[in-house]
Amino acid sequence: MNTKRNENEFEPKILGFLCNWCSYAAADKAGTMQKPYPANVHFIRVMCSGRVDPQFVLKAYEEGADGVIILACHPGDCHYKEGNLKAVGRHNMLLRLLKQFGIEEERCRFDYVSASEGGKFVSVITDMVGTVKELGPLCLNGK
Amino acid sequence: MTKKPGLSMYWASSCGGCEIALVNINEKILEVIDKFDFMFCPCLLDTKKKDIEALPDKSIEITLFNGAVRTEENAEMANLLRKKSKILIAFGSCSNDGCIPGLSNLYSAKDHFDTIYLNNPTVSNPGGIVPQRETEVPEGTLHLPEFYDTVRTLSQVVDVEYFIPGCPPESNQIWDVINSVIEGVKLPPKGSVIGAGTSTVCDECEKIKEDKKIDRFYRTYEIIPDTKKCLLEQGIICMGIATRAGCGSLCPKVNMPCSGCYGAPDGVLDQGAKMIAALGSILNLEGDLTEEEITGHTNKIMDSIPDYAGTFYKFSLAGSILKNSVRK
Ligand code: SF4
Ligand code: SF4
Ligand code: SF4
Ligand code: FES
Repeated sequence: MNTKRNENEFEPKILGFLCNWCSYAAADKAGTMQKPYPANVHFIRVMCSGRVDPQFVLKAYEEGADGVIILACHPGDCHYKEGNLKAVGRHNMLLRLLKQFGIEEERCRFDYVSASEGGKFVSVITDMVGTVKELGPLCLNGK
Repeated sequence: MTKKPGLSMYWASSCGGCEIALVNINEKILEVIDKFDFMFCPCLLDTKKKDIEALPDKSIEITLFNGAVRTEENAEMANLLRKKSKILIAFGSCSNDGCIPGLSNLYSAKDHFDTIYLNNPTVSNPGGIVPQRETEVPEGTLHLPEFYDTVRTLSQVVDVEYFIPGCPPESNQIWDVINSVIEGVKLPPKGSVIGAGTSTVCDECEKIKEDKKIDRFYRTYEIIPDTKKCLLEQGIICMGIATRAGCGSLCPKVNMPCSGCYGAPDGVLDQGAKMIAALGSILNLEGDLTEEEITGHTNKIMDSIPDYAGTFYKFSLAGSILKNSVRK
């Protein structure tokens, strides 16, 4: 069911990097389960969370994203063995870096969502959108 | 005698090291003066801004512009030298990527003035006086150039033909560039990085690389490294992997980590992001760890770096994707 959007409410733009083998399938699953979630997240399918170059994340903010979310396979489940572990380390460093640039850590989220976790997918996305909505728009470089 | 082509060198927000790097070509400077009319260089010569203003447009063959653009005066000189030069070269890390002056982009102009002039334990300023752009005095109005809210690179302000990276550029590289102009070698396409390589410092470094994972980072004073082996694989943050080749891996050669002064290599937009990507691949998170253990272990490793922006963008913050902090 579509809830009517409040005209004046801030609708954040969020970019989601979904691993083909887990969270992308979970998004599909959420679809077939007919579980609604906010439409603010634009999904990009990657072959593994380890493919998410930190440059993509920074570029997303520069191009106007208010938040970025990276969803990976659970530890031990990554198809490329340790792509998700690389992603965890990079995300951890990004958070520390972004903090120095005055960008709240809630704007950059990492989580594990397996192909069967349609419910978790919906709750993570819903939570992310809600948090970023509360933070308001990200105003970089005077934009 | 045919007129010699003009050469000029200017410092904007800089330290003077780039001029030293030029004169470090030693006796070859005589050849430079023989082949060029060295017409402007406030560090070394007595010609003034008004002399440059009096020149016809495009009458200087080459300008080596070092220093970042911090103030209105820096921008004015960048525009003037752009107009008067055929080839404008961003010379050195400050004009290429912002370098040390660019680190101040994590703070606004107001933050700077507050810290420097007001809230500083070694400053007594009961009148709360901070620099003003205009001050009235009995003799008239005094003007100070604006202190911009951010530091910009040269190419963020004016059109630039070439980029010579390094803090400072290595003298042999400077000479190679000047010499190729003297010898009439065809110049590369506009926008090229010259006087440097295209790959990374790691490619020039002779240390043994073993594909090792690390359990913690060390700051340079915390460890005596094995001098034969890659410093990064011993846990020392060496930026060689995210830094353009060109210096001949000077720092690792003497067992100091590369701190990144040649900026990002070809194909990399953002030196800090590239470094994060590289470090993410070498952390030891092996063994069947739970999600919580992975987070805990990662945090423990990461806590040993006290200043991420200052480490990963020591030389390239103003030229990075984010460029400056969010101004609240
Ligand atoms: S690039 Fe380095 S040597 Fe050159 S002006 Fe800047 S700080 Fe000084
Ligand atoms: S990381 Fe540093 S020490 Fe290791 S190979 Fe690269 S430049 Fe050499
Ligand atoms: S090793 Fe790195 S920091 Fe040292 S001179 Fe070369 S590029 Fe600069
Ligand atoms: S394959 Fe899903 S995170 Fe690597």
